[in-house]
Amino acid sequence: MSKKNGKWQAFMERNRKSGGYLLRKKIFNFVYVICRAILIFGLCFLIVQPLLNKISLSFMEEKDLYDSTIVNIPRNFTTVGYKLTSQLMHYWKALGTTTYISLLVSVFQVAAATLVGYGFARYKFPLRNFWFFMVILVIIVPPQTIMAPLYLNFTYFNPLGIIKLVTGGKTLNLTNTMLPYMLLCLGCMGLKSGLYIYLIRQFFRNVPKDIEEAAYVDGCGKFKTFYRIMLPDAKPIITSCFLFAFVWQWTDKFYSRMFLRGYTLLSTELNGLSASLDDFVKGAGIAEKASQAYSGAIVATGTLMTIIPLLIIYVFAQKGFVESLSQSGIKM
Amino acid sequence: MARKKSKMTLAAKNAVAGYLFILPFIIGFIMFLVIPLFQSLRMSVSEVTINPLAGGFTMDFVKFANFNEALNIDPQFKVLLIENLRTMILDLPATLIFSFFVALLLNQSFKGRGFVRAIFFMPVILSSGVIVGLEFNNALLKDMKDVIADTSNASSITTVLQDMLVAESSQAGDMFQYVFDLIDSVYDIAIRSGIQIIIFLSGLQTISVSMFEAAKIEGCTAWECFWKITLPMVSSLILVNIIYTIIDFFCRSDNEVMEYISQTMIGSLQYDLSAAMAWIYFVCCMAIIGIISLIISKKVYYYE
Repeated sequence: MSKKNGKWQAFMERNRKSGGYLLRKKIFNFVYVICRAILIFGLCFLIVQPLLNKISLSFMEEKDLYDSTIVNIPRNFTTVGYKLTSQLMHYWKALGTTTYISLLVSVFQVAAATLVGYGFARYKFPLRNFWFFMVILVIIVPPQTIMAPLYLNFTYFNPLGIIKLVTGGKTLNLTNTMLPYMLLCLGCMGLKSGLYIYLIRQFFRNVPKDIEEAAYVDGCGKFKTFYRIMLPDAKPIITSCFLFAFVWQWTDKFYSRMFLRGYTLLSTELNGLSASLDDFVKGAGIAEKASQAYSGAIVATGTLMTIIPLLIIYVFAQKGFVESLSQSGIKM
Repeated sequence: MARKKSKMTLAAKNAVAGYLFILPFIIGFIMFLVIPLFQSLRMSVSEVTINPLAGGFTMDFVKFANFNEALNIDPQFKVLLIENLRTMILDLPATLIFSFFVALLLNQSFKGRGFVRAIFFMPVILSSGVIVGLEFNNALLKDMKDVIADTSNASSITTVLQDMLVAESSQAGDMFQYVFDLIDSVYDIAIRSGIQIIIFLSGLQTISVSMFEAAKIEGCTAWECFWKITLPMVSSLILVNIIYTIIDFFCRSDNEVMEYISQTMIGSLQYDLSAAMAWIYFVCCMAIIGIISLIISKKVYYYE
């Protein structure tokens, strides 16, 4: 007690010497910290709330949805919603296909982007700035602008007239296979490929040149230098781009609807979930259509089931997403 | 062959190697961007007829008929376009200010900062693609909100304030209405500004601490430090963020104009009309980006 008193007295003494400045500063800091904590908590809650809301909705029974006294905590706890949703979405099949396709797409995209990004960062060649400007153009041009001709070209696939010669006047329809999309990814024209090129180039530009030169002096070839010396160094940014590519492909609707129509993907299934719920309700003879509240709850469950794998990835690889991105030193 | 190679200068060798590295991009760029872009431009000024038997499609030149149809005949497109561009321009400052504010907040040191950063960044991952569209027409949440509002029967401070301020004189009322609209859509802004926050944060972290120390010793207050150091030092990132926000806005999957264009193409198979619409939208966005970056780049302080 006396020790505390002594401390307080010393503090007051110092405060008196500073002319009241110390105390004011302390109080101001304290108030500031409290206000900031409230603000941060509020903003975090704002972002997390829809997720929590979905979780609570997904465990509710249908009659709970109409009960206005139930807001967050379900009275009749049930997992029927999950069973129904996984049945309607063909969940396990879709999960497998989505994982497979997302992996494939992100590997292709990042491999191509790494090569190109390295080329832009490390070699001087004529028209380099022009080509890099074209990368920016790729980022800027919305894919919808070019999708009509792209789609038609892949529907009637006939590059340079070769296919017509071989098959005798017939063109190939590639829109039911994943080949077109894989070609796009390899050609750096997939979902947000330009962004990955930009980020990877930015990273390689900041790596000191000495290591590379040492490798050259020791007689290492150009490509060997790239994959033995530079690539291991670039692991963080490549992981980061890979994670982004994977996650964005997972939830992508636009390209999936265009090029991957033959596959059962989580994103497309989720998009058609409320329609298939209506069909299900109609088929079971319960009602003409599922009620809005119920279909909302089922869609919430479906959304949760879609993002649970992503959440798991995010929890474990959170650093991979954020840190390398902020380290890459984005500058114009 | 080997001899011929050795005669090349180092610069030429590097040039060849560089082109080899970016070859995937060049091929992809020409095959999947330049050619389709020209084709789409051609489609937008012609009438596309699909002819599966002859193995392809034909294009007949019809001048600006498609553009005319998109702008003057189609009942929805023009309205959607104007509404969309208006939302974009109004949302832009809000997103920028919000993300800058949050970046400033997250740049300070407090307990659990990593966790808070993780939460703010979560929407980038979770609210992308198909999920955004679903989030948007989630009528249930709205219903529940109404139910709660009805049952509790209390008027909040903000609604009273809104009634008072918006009802005032017309121009000030409009301004206040804009602010209240922004407050209502703070959730949308928050989930959209994940990447912008990271960009600002990386900019803030590159400002050297010694600059702030020097300013403090000279008697600079925190307020002055913000306007004289922090803001100029990240001003080049403001431009980056503006461009990113605009691009993100028109690439987002709940963008109504894009949705409408896709519908026109996939739903009613009017390739020519959808190409024309896409071009109109693209040119509008480019014009906005161009004008804004012209204005901003004059006031930006660059540093290396």
